[in-house]
Amino acid sequence: MNAPERLKQRTRFDTVGKPRRRVDGRAKVTGLTRFADDVVLPRMVHCKLLRSPHPHAVIEAIDFEKAARHPGVHLVLTGKDFPISYGILPVTQDEYPLANERVRYVGDPVAAVIARDEQTAGEAAELIEVKYRLLNTVSSAEDALANPEPRIHDYGEQGNIHRLQAFEFGDVAEALAGADHVFEDLFFFEGNTHLPLEQHASVAAPDGEGKLTLWSSTQVPHYIHRALARALRIPAAHIRVIACPNGGGFGGKCDLHNHEIVVSRASMLLGRPVKICLTREEVFYMHRGRHPVLMKMKTGVTREGKLTGMHLQTLLDGGGYGSYGVASTFYTGALQTVTYELPRYKFDACRTFTNKPPCGPKRGHGTPQPRFGQEVQLDKIAEKLGLDPAEMRINMVAKPDSLTANWLKIGSIGLEECIRQVVEHSGWKEKRANLPPGRGLGIACGSYLCGAGLPIYWNKMPQSGVQILADRSGQVTVFCGATEIGQGSDDMLAAFVAEVLGIDAFDVRLVTGDTGLTPVDLGSYSSRVTVMMGHAAIQAAERMREMIADAAAMELEVSPERLVMAQGRVFLSEDPSKGMTFAEAVVYAETKYGTLGTVGSYSPPRAPGRFKGAGVGPSPAYSYTAVVVETEVDQNTGWIHVPRIWVAHDIGRAVNPVLARGQVEGSIYMGLGEALMEEQVFRRLPPKMSHALVHKFPSLLEYKSPTSLDMPEVFTYLVEDPDPNCPFGAKEVGQGPLLPVMPAVANAIYDAVGVRIDEIPITPDKVLRALEKKAKGEVPRVGPEHFPQVPYPTPIYVKTPWEGGDGNETKPADRKQRQALAS
Amino acid sequence: MQRVHLTLQVNGEAQEVSFAPYKTLLEVLREDMNLTGTKHGCELGECGACAVLVDGQPLLSCLELALECEGRAIETVEGLANGSALHPLQAAFADLGGAQCGYCTPGILMTAKALLEKEPEPSRERIREAISGNLCRCTGYQQIYESIEEGARRMREEA
Repeated sequence: MNAPERLKQRTRFDTVGKPRRRVDGRAKVTGLTRFADDVVLPRMVHCKLLRSPHPHAVIEAIDFEKAARHPGVHLVLTGKDFPISYGILPVTQDEYPLANERVRYVGDPVAAVIARDEQTAGEAAELIEVKYRLLNTVSSAEDALANPEPRIHDYGEQGNIHRLQAFEFGDVAEALAGADHVFEDLFFFEGNTHLPLEQHASVAAPDGEGKLTLWSSTQVPHYIHRALARALRIPAAHIRVIACPNGGGFGGKCDLHNHEIVVSRASMLLGRPVKICLTREEVFYMHRGRHPVLMKMKTGVTREGKLTGMHLQTLLDGGGYGSYGVASTFYTGALQTVTYELPRYKFDACRTFTNKPPCGPKRGHGTPQPRFGQEVQLDKIAEKLGLDPAEMRINMVAKPDSLTANWLKIGSIGLEECIRQVVEHSGWKEKRANLPPGRGLGIACGSYLCGAGLPIYWNKMPQSGVQILADRSGQVTVFCGATEIGQGSDDMLAAFVAEVLGIDAFDVRLVTGDTGLTPVDLGSYSSRVTVMMGHAAIQAAERMREMIADAAAMELEVSPERLVMAQGRVFLSEDPSKGMTFAEAVVYAETKYGTLGTVGSYSPPRAPGRFKGAGVGPSPAYSYTAVVVETEVDQNTGWIHVPRIWVAHDIGRAVNPVLARGQVEGSIYMGLGEALMEEQVFRRLPPKMSHALVHKFPSLLEYKSPTSLDMPEVFTYLVEDPDPNCPFGAKEVGQGPLLPVMPAVANAIYDAVGVRIDEIPITPDKVLRALEKKAKGEVPRVGPEHFPQVPYPTPIYVKTPWEGGDGNETKPADRKQRQALAS
Repeated sequence: MQRVHLTLQVNGEAQEVSFAPYKTLLEVLREDMNLTGTKHGCELGECGACAVLVDGQPLLSCLELALECEGRAIETVEGLANGSALHPLQAAFADLGGAQCGYCTPGILMTAKALLEKEPEPSRERIREAISGNLCRCTGYQQIYESIEEGARRMREEA
């Protein structure tokens, strides 16, 4: 039996599926996990950044003489030392490590001081005099549309519009015209931030050969390695990036950060280690978090509750730089077709530049905002049609092994089972609409990627690589560029290799996230690690297994097909007493084959979409989630209490159920924070001070996030429907479960007190305002009231798979001609 | 500024250390004594990541001057295990998903230890209250409660 067949037929597992202590658990509970700020090196000096107090200004002069003379200062750097722009996406190279002539948000770094200690560096930074010429500021997406001048960047579509996108899959006007009902709603999702408990830190040092090593809190060491080589004009071979385990990432450590470039350059200039650790306030300025998005959603339905078509328009507030924003913009539309059957779909998107910290990817990247809109709108649709919102959803779930209107290939779907689970366990049928006033239940669903189909820079190379060494001691060492950010990346790697080789996960030694030692893996983002690294790990382990089994079989004088490798032994399947230890088998293999090393790699299957823009949305598989939220709303104060949440997640297969549950509950927690309290918002200082646009509360105390006292009881159900495109059937679990939380809360509040809050976060003041409207007989709704004129382009028109499409764009001329022919 | 020189009792060991007098206990532990197991998330007393025990009480080490800790018993995560045997709380956190990224973990372990020393069998409500000053962004707290309950159970068995 060859390896793929053996894997497919595999039903019995020793490691996979068993609740286990994670392989890195001991280090985490003993304080031995070495985060970036725990790296301490001899002769190390410290860096502090001077940041702009203005949201938009031209730098006319910088005088750092006093700072340079301050005792204990080794080096002062300014924008002049960094003439090359950079950016994480090849299409948006719009940042400078230190502003070269313009600052674009309060917190944009302007100068760096490197000194004997942090205190001295901070004191000296205050001695730097910067002369700014202030420019008008843009504070919101609508502000950006209304004020094309001054331009925040001299690239982009026009004025302060960074990016416009428009797609139409099938004739949506026709679909809406043919619907029994058309629902049009406006929604707004306020920005919020990752708030990882670990503040970003980096240590750069020249090694014995004079080459650069950077230890950093990063989720993506490979992308950092690439971008750093470009930014510093140093050959990539002379740079080694080591991703320390992250103290939480959630997408906030996916950019190449300005401070990473600054300490790298400083360490090369000084010939000694340079460290920086951001303060909590600076972490708020680094941001790259959830985009504020205004949405207009027009949806056609039949009277039976089937979708006929949707037209979604989004308007994003991108902040001061590109970051991952072009991808975020695509993602506000791309996955809207994956959860439910949607025959036709049109999507227009616009990202604007504003004078605020740049937005980027946060858990769910671009998709929670439209997911919120759609799931609240479905609740309104169900009410209007007199349908049960859960039943209506079950009847419209997308079909497994199908293509969507926008040419995404879906594999397994366990959503129907997820909905049934949360309905049953929450007592949905008895309780919804029947609870006493002030109490309610709401349901919502969602789906998410198991890894982005394409890397962020164009190439056809593998997206994950794994190398395994085994030697005569019986030791197995696994190398992979994947990065542990808390989610259990290391544990997945060990589990996959251990399962194939029949050894214990704790017996696998791991070397991960080190561009100097490990094969490329693109990093911990887009929920890609389990699927992509898993495939690569299994391939490398299967190749190793083959050599070991072959050598053992020769020694035992049997054919290798008859051997089993399990529990640290290699033995005959029909007679387990006949065999040897794993370590003995490795000795025979090393004797027969020489030094033992194997590699495995993974590239996702090619996506069927061929139109420009088809690269965002494809994934090897999609996960599904259903959530029911219970709320209690105090009608006098508007206070919202969430006592219980039920969540079912279609994970394909849980590799380590302890970690899987932790990812689900962590997502519920983070989603609840977004639903009820978290917001990255800004205010203007009084005109007599500077009128500057500043972060409203860049502190952990004032940026509200749920504590243990706010957290409801969560009931988690894992639905395991193994996906054929995933390693041992395992899909993602780190992001998908967050998506339905916000709309389920909104829907539960409606069930409790009959008011619609069409924007996130849902705070007591908004609930009170809606209740007042209700009391006055007005429409009991709080949410955006208008959608501005946006110059969306003519959409790229693509025929759907079921209307004769081939995945390519149909040019307008062709389309008109064909329409004429058809009529 | 003139450094101070004094002896701190950390994890049952007397250690001489000299440091600038304005330094917090957090800074002295991490920077002058190389005890980097204690973490920081804000350095303003907002997140609980830096919690250590001083005379058995949980204390935010980022708000306490090291100077004021002379002669007091300081306990950090490095002192929890007994030799190479994990403390029952540590083992439970590792087994039950109480630590995801592990960054808030030292502070929560120390807070939980103080709770269990006073109340060997706390209710879920008491646990929620006790760790309400420790933020965790990963777990949603539920597996942390379960880890503390399991750790308490194992401690009672050992006692």
